[in-house]
Amino acid sequence: MLRIACPYCGTRDEVEFHWGGDAHVARPGPEVGDAEWSDYVFSRENTKGVQLERWCHVFGCGQWFNVARNTLTHEIHAVYRMGDAAPDPDR
Amino acid sequence: MSQPFRTAQGGRIERSKPLLFTFNGEPMQGYAGDTLASAMLANGVRTVSRSFKFHRPRGIVSAGVEESGGLLAADYGCGLLPIVRATQLPLVDGVRAESQNCFPSLNFDLLRILDYTRSLWPAGFYNKVFKWPNWHAFEWAVRRTAGLGRLPERIGPLRCCHMNAHCDVLVVGAGPAGLAAALDAARAGDDVLLVEQDREPGGSLLHDPAEIDGQKPADWLRNAVDALQCSPNVSVMLSATAVGYYDCNVLTIHDRSAAYRRDEPVEVFWKVRAERVVLATGAIEQPLMFGNNDLPGIMLAGAMRQYAARYGVRCGQRIVGIVNNDLAWQSITALPAAGIEVAAIIDTRDSIDDALIDVARQAGIDVYPGSVPIAAGGSRAVRKLQFRDAQKHPRTIECDAIAMSGGMSPTIHLYSQAGGRLRYDEALACFVPQHCRQSVAVVGAANGEFAVPQTYNIGLRKPSPAKTGCQWIDFLHDVTASDIELACRENLRSVEHIKRYTTTGMAVDQGKTSNLNALTLLGDLTGRHVGDVGTTTFRPMFMPVTMAAIAGIRRGDLYAPAKRLPAHDWHAARGAEFEDYGGWDRPAYYGEDRDACIRRETLLVRESVGLFDASPLGKIEVKGPDAAEFLNRIYVNTVATLEQGRVRYGLMLDENGIIIDDGVFVRLAEDHFLVNTTSGHADRITAWLEEWHQCEWSDLDLVMNPVTSQWAVVTVAGPGARDVLSTLPGLIDLSTDRFAHMRFASGAFDDGTPYRIQRVSFTGEQSYELSVPAGFATEYFERIWQAGKAHGIGLFGAESLMILRLEKGFLHVGTDTDGSTNPLDVGFGRVVANKRTDFVGARSLQRDNDRRADRRQLIGFELGNARETVLAGAHVVTGRGAARRSEGFVTSACRSPTLGKTIGLALLERGHERNGEEIELFDQDRVVSARIVDACFYDPDGERMRG
Repeated sequence: MLRIACPYCGTRDEVEFHWGGDAHVARPGPEVGDAEWSDYVFSRENTKGVQLERWCHVFGCGQWFNVARNTLTHEIHAVYRMGDAAPDPDR
Repeated sequence: MSQPFRTAQGGRIERSKPLLFTFNGEPMQGYAGDTLASAMLANGVRTVSRSFKFHRPRGIVSAGVEESGGLLAADYGCGLLPIVRATQLPLVDGVRAESQNCFPSLNFDLLRILDYTRSLWPAGFYNKVFKWPNWHAFEWAVRRTAGLGRLPERIGPLRCCHMNAHCDVLVVGAGPAGLAAALDAARAGDDVLLVEQDREPGGSLLHDPAEIDGQKPADWLRNAVDALQCSPNVSVMLSATAVGYYDCNVLTIHDRSAAYRRDEPVEVFWKVRAERVVLATGAIEQPLMFGNNDLPGIMLAGAMRQYAARYGVRCGQRIVGIVNNDLAWQSITALPAAGIEVAAIIDTRDSIDDALIDVARQAGIDVYPGSVPIAAGGSRAVRKLQFRDAQKHPRTIECDAIAMSGGMSPTIHLYSQAGGRLRYDEALACFVPQHCRQSVAVVGAANGEFAVPQTYNIGLRKPSPAKTGCQWIDFLHDVTASDIELACRENLRSVEHIKRYTTTGMAVDQGKTSNLNALTLLGDLTGRHVGDVGTTTFRPMFMPVTMAAIAGIRRGDLYAPAKRLPAHDWHAARGAEFEDYGGWDRPAYYGEDRDACIRRETLLVRESVGLFDASPLGKIEVKGPDAAEFLNRIYVNTVATLEQGRVRYGLMLDENGIIIDDGVFVRLAEDHFLVNTTSGHADRITAWLEEWHQCEWSDLDLVMNPVTSQWAVVTVAGPGARDVLSTLPGLIDLSTDRFAHMRFASGAFDDGTPYRIQRVSFTGEQSYELSVPAGFATEYFERIWQAGKAHGIGLFGAESLMILRLEKGFLHVGTDTDGSTNPLDVGFGRVVANKRTDFVGARSLQRDNDRRADRRQLIGFELGNARETVLAGAHVVTGRGAARRSEGFVTSACRSPTLGKTIGLALLERGHERNGEEIELFDQDRVVSARIVDACFYDPDGERMRG
């Protein structure tokens, strides 16, 4: 059970949030080939370690934002707003 | 009602408060402060229940959570709760306890036959015995025999709820180590929550007379409890078991402190989040393996001492001890002081501390070091013990109870659930905590710090080499040492495999007294160090938790939030039969006879005029300079070209090209749209649109507002719809040349009530969806109802609406589509081709697979025989016999009241090129013939809805 610091509301319990999968997945244009499109629709890293993912504070402000979370330890390294640059993984 | 095994004095029970209870109908007496187990032992009860597999007699073995024999059913006024531990239940006046797993009676159980034929049911017998002719020939008998206990029908007055708590330090266990940890944290100013599963704090202090910090245990305990009570930052929960340890230091606690009250019993399931956790969960004494070591009367040595010291109960009149460690000597040599004769202590070790031997001899106990226990004797309870002494002479001692001890094993279940790693400690011969990522400390016996470590000195833990009788390892699942040996002979090696094959450690106690013996034996048999064998995975719950407590208040009407129409009562007053549609309570039909009502309502809409509550229709407003651009990227259909005041139908896809929703959208103004979603999907689609806007196209300038519940929607449909609505003062002119099909208008009635009206049709008839603010729903239903009386108006529900739309062949997303249906499959190829710009899912529709000719495509069909019916889910089949296969399935079907025949929609391979073809439908073991026709069965030109 994580505790997530919503950048708009502050720290709240995990039950208020909805997980939305990988962050920073770039949506290709319609001109790309089948393989690249399929990669975008289906392929995800499934990182063991720090993963950049997006969450929505559904039972709060309703805003989406990004979280850098260690999938092994559940430690949250960073929370940043949608559109902000990803944190340096070596930090 | 004497208590023959009660000591004359002593113990922490209140002898001035006798309590009455019954066991298998027999009245018995105990005292306040007793557990059910101690009271039963005081009354001389030996056999409590029958074992799970072989129906062997079982008695009380322990005094705590590890109980493997004293499982029974108990009624505290909330029904006969099965598989509860007598050792954990408080004695309450009037409690009713009953044995389980025995027929016709506890003392004469017919299924004991399974025990006498034990050799037929070895480990893995399921895969070995029931081979011929096949499993199903035996299944009925096995199903009747299997299981332990019966669930009560109701839980009576018991209420359950969930609670949340936060603290700086959560201390689990209020023994000396836990109390000390709680005191330290309290002095440091932390918020402390101390949880104890017993009904009073103290742990070993309640029965162990050893001094602590130079004080008598009772004094130390009183001082500690007083200090905690005086600290405002400390809360103590008693009769509450920490059962789960999850990520981020979240623990769950099953709180039974008010569960056994006569009035207003309550069970609470807590979720506690702690900054730090201290586990002071103690250790569990392990049994020894020798023949018939499961007989009633054979108990853990420490438990016997607890019963004597804490409850004033003698567990036998003449006791023999079998031990392999020094700690157990202390337990057993304390018994004579309580008036219990201890005949002998048999120790498997060769060398024993002289001081221990001296103490024992002074108490009149014979001592046999270097001995081998062979087997216990007796039929329903232990009567004697056979063993070989150090000179290998066989000996027999008469006794009516045996105190055994195979050493301690720390209670590391929660630690392991937390992700903690364990280490096998050679000196202690058990697994102890090693490392955990979470903020948790383990203290006291749970960390292997036993009360007297310097004299613990444990010996070997292995089955008796004298193979006489069965040596039981798992007392709950009736697993023997030879079962483990058999599994090893059959080449099973992994501890996880052995566990599942033999079922050792899989019973309701999760192996609290069996895992360590099984692992040690497995190591010996496979030539591995027990530390390398490893443990099986510890999972929540540490102790069984009632399902009612887990459910909390979310039962019955409170299971899910109810969504009701604003005019719910108005519909109810007119005979509405409500059903659940996508979370909404909606009228399915109005009246008594379901089929007749649905037919009548359908024809009413076709012939005159019907009134329908469409309030759950999803409504999302999208506004901003980029609203049109945004929706153009969402819908398959073109949005940008829609004129103000016009309505257009649209499909929404996911990025994989699958249809997820449909509905109309309206352009309210140049920069303002109203999006309608299917009822019940409004929340999901709102969230989905927000995700696209916030995460992908945040540069687009717009806002969204879900307004589903703000507007009640009155649908008036049928040839008389316009005539009825035109009577409302202040409504716009509805004539078709002014307000054609797929138009929208808004305004205010003469009384000032604002309205929105759109001319759309899901029935195929002339149809208007009139929205008024939700608070005016009942008023406007009543007004239109009164106005419509002259036109023969009637109400129609969701069921007849589904027939009306099916007659028109209108798609119902989720019914006529599934998780593989794209817009090309449902005939929207032209719309897709006409869309000039990108939209969600567009690229996926370009893949070869999405354009295959043999995809399942939506078609209409009608049955050859007008009297036949077919259900949705029926398969379209081709071929005969073994070659028969499914080409698709029926998604919707009904007997059309309007057309007088059975029609339906189906997803069928190559469906679009097969119009007119005869097909066969396989429906519940019969085959009916049908013909593929245009999917619009009624008024294909749409003249009725446009007129």
